[in-house]
Amino acid sequence: MKKIATGNKAVAEAVKQAKPEVVAAYPITPQTEIVEQIAEFVSTGELKSRYIPVESEHSAMAACIGASITGVRTFTATSSHGLLYMHEMTNWAAGARLPIVMANVNRSLGPGWNIWAEHTDSLQERDTGWLQVYVSTVQEAYDATLMAFRIAEHNDVLLPVMVNLDGFTLSHIMQPLDTVELGDYIPPIHLPFAIDPKNPAGYGGLTGPEQHFKFRWEIERSMRDSVPVIKETEADFARRFGRKYGFTDEYRCEDAEVVVIALGTLGKEAEVAIDMLRSEGIKAGSLRIRWLRPFPKIDLKGKEVVVIDRDYSFGFGGVLAGEIRAKCGVDVYSVIAGLGGQEVTYEDIAGFIRTRRIGKEFWFGVNDHV
Amino acid sequence: MYEIRIHSRGGQGGVTAARLLALAAIHDGKYATACPFYGAERRGAPIVSFVRIDDKPIRIYSQIKKPDLVVVLDASVMDVVDVLQGLKKGGSVLINSAHKREFPGFSTSNVDLTGIALKENLIVAGAPILNTPVLGALAKMGIISVDSAKKAIREMFSDERNVKAAEAAHREMSS
Repeated sequence: MKKIATGNKAVAEAVKQAKPEVVAAYPITPQTEIVEQIAEFVSTGELKSRYIPVESEHSAMAACIGASITGVRTFTATSSHGLLYMHEMTNWAAGARLPIVMANVNRSLGPGWNIWAEHTDSLQERDTGWLQVYVSTVQEAYDATLMAFRIAEHNDVLLPVMVNLDGFTLSHIMQPLDTVELGDYIPPIHLPFAIDPKNPAGYGGLTGPEQHFKFRWEIERSMRDSVPVIKETEADFARRFGRKYGFTDEYRCEDAEVVVIALGTLGKEAEVAIDMLRSEGIKAGSLRIRWLRPFPKIDLKGKEVVVIDRDYSFGFGGVLAGEIRAKCGVDVYSVIAGLGGQEVTYEDIAGFIRTRRIGKEFWFGVNDHV
Repeated sequence: MYEIRIHSRGGQGGVTAARLLALAAIHDGKYATACPFYGAERRGAPIVSFVRIDDKPIRIYSQIKKPDLVVVLDASVMDVVDVLQGLKKGGSVLINSAHKREFPGFSTSNVDLTGIALKENLIVAGAPILNTPVLGALAKMGIISVDSAKKAIREMFSDERNVKAAEAAHREMSS
């Protein structure tokens, strides 16, 4: 049946079908609709799951960790300050190799108090060992959430996955949604080292200097091993359900002389800017980064690059711009735009590309180059 | 692409009207998105919602600056909001009003949605429901089909009076 859903409802629908045994969450704008909807599914019996309402996000992640270590499927959702409040526990979840799936509805950080879209929240989590995917449509929010469980729980990965969607811009927009008959797409979870409460054991004792680095390397090795797992999971999704995804979503890039790179909905709206520029004779393309961790291999040789960051690292620059420079060996025109929900249209994006100055940083709305 | 801006006050159902309209357009076989602009609204404050309808998937998320159609669910917002702002040359206005209205340069339709809701006793928390009857008026304008309007309403509301109100608006609207 043709449905219409918000980004939040699409995530909740995917979670219902993935059937996590435990959901522990704390509401926060603009994510609240996800956990409200899941709580409703649990109360009506549509989702047979233990829903643990906790008093904070730190506890939400701690409860997911406790549940996950017994070998059951777990889910939580958060946003902004909620995500940062979890920060100690997000590190623990990855370090303990627990395949928790979390939806993060990207929102700015205060003060000034602001509830609108920005990516600084999840980008502050990028070094924790979580896989991170950024989505750009309601359909993609649903699809990526389903895939997240299979990727996280794969024996070559066993790391948590964060699905990121833009606050309000995507969490609250209503778009068409095709749901799938899941079948056996997500295999049953099997944790090789699960704790059996009937046969208790302890983990997390002191790890000495001669051991600790080995565990860190194991995280990185699994992060690298997740690359083929992600590819296989997305390929199987395309085979079964007909929708194709990859590490990046490239639009008219093949013969492009200039490529604009962004995350989330800005990366989707950029495609409209590309069509505009192409009609003016400018050979432009758009490359939306979907997976930020593990970071994709991107070939930008011979192209000029414009990066739009909906985030900032003070004293450094746009986070994505920094990653592209470091990983792709190119300099970029770094545009800082969309912070705290600042309105950025496809016409604005076309403007960034037309007036690009490689090597410079430009704050949209401040109208100054540094 | 056809772009619609809906003006209402918080609590009047403008967001639901946008959602119903997008759903009806999808039932017509088109692509549609509906998004409210979320600011610091509260009940009674003027708010806007946006609907885009197209034959292709819609990739635009930013607000509608130059709508083809402006829907005014509560004429009193016109005291504080320029509802015609950015409206395309020759664009349309649909206004909830028992009286004929004129906006020079734009084709204007009026329909008494409040009166229709009161007649059907469609009242929630003391306020008449405007978001289901308005679908009948939008169908009369050819934005969506009557069948899809009814289907969308029935999917979201079990009370058949909503469909009757939409039918009444379709009948009564000036063209």
